[in-house]
Amino acid sequence: MEATSSVPTKRNAFNAWLSKQWMPYRQVSLLGWLLGSLVAVLLETFIGTSLAWALGMSDVPALFGFVVMLKQPELLPSIILYLLLIYFIPIAIVVRLTKSIANKIAGLLFRYPLWITALFHIVLLYAVIDVWAVMNDYRVLLAKLMMIAIITTLSLNVVNGYMGEFSCSHPGFLAVGAYTASIIMVLFFVNDKVMGPALLPPALGPFFFPIVLILGGVVAAFSALIVAIPSFHTRGDYLAIISLAFMFIIKSLIENLQVFGGARGFMGQPNLASLPVVFVWTIIAIWTINNFVRSTLGKAMNAVRDDETAADAMTVNTRNTKMTAFLFAAFWAGIAGGLFAHVMRYVNPGSFGIKKLAEVLAMVYFGGLNSVVGSIVGAIGFNFLSEMLRPLEILKWVIIPVLLILVMIFRPTGLIAFKDFDPEELLRPKNQTEEEV
Amino acid sequence: MGYFLQNIVNALQWGSFYALVAIGYSMVYGVLMLFNFAHGDVFMVGAYIGFFTASGLMALAAMGSIAIPGWLILILTLIIAMFLNSFVGMAVERIGYRPLRDAPRASAAITGLMIGIILETGNLALLGAQRRAFPPLIPPTVYKVGGVYITNQKIVIIVVALALTLALHQFVQHTKWGMAMRAMAYDFLVVPLMGIPINTIAALTFALGSALAAAAGVLYGVAYPVLGPYMGIIIGWKAFVAAILGGRGSILGAASAGFLLGFIEIFVTMIFPSTMRDFIAYTIILLILTFLPNGFFGEPYSAKLRL
Repeated sequence: MEATSSVPTKRNAFNAWLSKQWMPYRQVSLLGWLLGSLVAVLLETFIGTSLAWALGMSDVPALFGFVVMLKQPELLPSIILYLLLIYFIPIAIVVRLTKSIANKIAGLLFRYPLWITALFHIVLLYAVIDVWAVMNDYRVLLAKLMMIAIITTLSLNVVNGYMGEFSCSHPGFLAVGAYTASIIMVLFFVNDKVMGPALLPPALGPFFFPIVLILGGVVAAFSALIVAIPSFHTRGDYLAIISLAFMFIIKSLIENLQVFGGARGFMGQPNLASLPVVFVWTIIAIWTINNFVRSTLGKAMNAVRDDETAADAMTVNTRNTKMTAFLFAAFWAGIAGGLFAHVMRYVNPGSFGIKKLAEVLAMVYFGGLNSVVGSIVGAIGFNFLSEMLRPLEILKWVIIPVLLILVMIFRPTGLIAFKDFDPEELLRPKNQTEEEV
Repeated sequence: MGYFLQNIVNALQWGSFYALVAIGYSMVYGVLMLFNFAHGDVFMVGAYIGFFTASGLMALAAMGSIAIPGWLILILTLIIAMFLNSFVGMAVERIGYRPLRDAPRASAAITGLMIGIILETGNLALLGAQRRAFPPLIPPTVYKVGGVYITNQKIVIIVVALALTLALHQFVQHTKWGMAMRAMAYDFLVVPLMGIPINTIAALTFALGSALAAAAGVLYGVAYPVLGPYMGIIIGWKAFVAAILGGRGSILGAASAGFLLGFIEIFVTMIFPSTMRDFIAYTIILLILTFLPNGFFGEPYSAKLRL
């Protein structure tokens, strides 16, 4: 009797202690967390290698030790110690120390227009990512691919989540964007063996790169018309099949275009998609797509999804809404494809097939439908998981699907679904409620 | 002319696989309004079950040193593979689809896709990457009919495919179970009120589709005796498109669309280089769907997606 009653009280006491310890951290603004992370990654830059060496690891654990953990389980204690010393403890200390200052700065910034405080946070976030990634090339590549995955996932979420259709054509749009951007860049700015000498001086490449990416997006959006025009006459599962056919058509078309390498692929893209470039594009994509889905048109998309007849009765132009949203999503997928081509500096039609489709769909449904945060979490989480389980080799593709099936069974719309992403709420200093009370 | 007729025979054989696999997609889509993206890999599993059954039976025959004729082994293999694979189909339904009956339909499509990946990778992990050679059950005999070479394998494949299609059509049209399936396709909400066990009917739908996929797998093994873990992808996705082309839930529609796809592919490779096959086949499908949105035999419907 005593034993059974003492266990809950003990647990309650522990919970109370934990929440008391956590209490100060509730009032930490995003700025404070970013400052803490910056200190942690700076610490890793300076003492990470020697600390890792001292703890018996050959190098700094690239992905918070998750990969090493599966490869060499005997290193688990030193990994935990490393994470504590480099990440958890410094972040905890810095966050606590700078709490009031960070809140003051955040409050000061908050009086100015939102974009100024947003810009400030974004610069800080970039600093954290850059310092973290610059440690080794693997991290840089992973960060770039994750950001591109975020753009892709967000753009598919516009169609599958916000509009409630089931589109399978995203690999096709990625391929169109990737090939358009690659071909234009190589034709104009690279002295290539296949495509001939550069038509414009290669030094101009970096300045034209954004324009070429946008062009790739526009071409992808135009190609989306092939899917959109026949499928939006009627509702239903029509889009799923037409978009699937579209994906195969694009893949097969590229395989047959021997001018651009055919099935062998196309290479020689200039090295322009550096980490800051990809980061800026990701921020623009998140900002634009978030504003798009929160606009009147975004609400119209939700109305079409929930009840098309009712939306029509409420003067929503359903066909226009669907067309606009679909082309918008295709545009961003095209940009993601262009970035992908320039990050890998090699594209082949094989990477835009069924496997890519399964991956993109998994990211969208894992993260959550109808939610910008969900897509970001889904893209990062999926890529992280995929990298983490790499040591398991073939079993990786058993574990990831099993996890996804479990997510679908217990949360059929994804982890963070139907959530509004309000940047103002995110950037707000957290001590205001305390002052008001 | 002989060349042309020869290609018709080849197209009938190639279309048989598409037709049998497409029927499975079409039945699930018709009865439950769901995409069964795992079906292509269920076909692959069926082919492997057929491979192991046939090898086992042949080893058994060799051990007892009884001369069992090849056609008997083929029939036994077909029956056993169809029987066992129907349980694979029911397992897919139980794991991936039944828990998601009330979830958005797209979520069930995702679980189907993921089960497909698990089947592929599981096969790769268990059996390794090397391809298996299907044992030659019936020695090929070539008949020459008016300049056209027809092997007995082709005849068996086409006849079995047509017979199974017609048998399933009769089952759905003329039995109580078939009537329950058609009722479910007609109205998903009222059917349980009439005392029809939807879970049983859903399982039956998956079982029948998977049995036909197993038959397709065994026949595929007879015609092209090389089995690999990713063979389901090649046949499966095209058969899926064919199923939709045939019209929602129409068995004869799915079968005819499967045969049409076979014809398109064979004749495209006859005229153009074979790399153009997918491009032209899918473009034709896209055009057909643009002008015939409900497929060949589908009724117009305006389904409200449960998303």
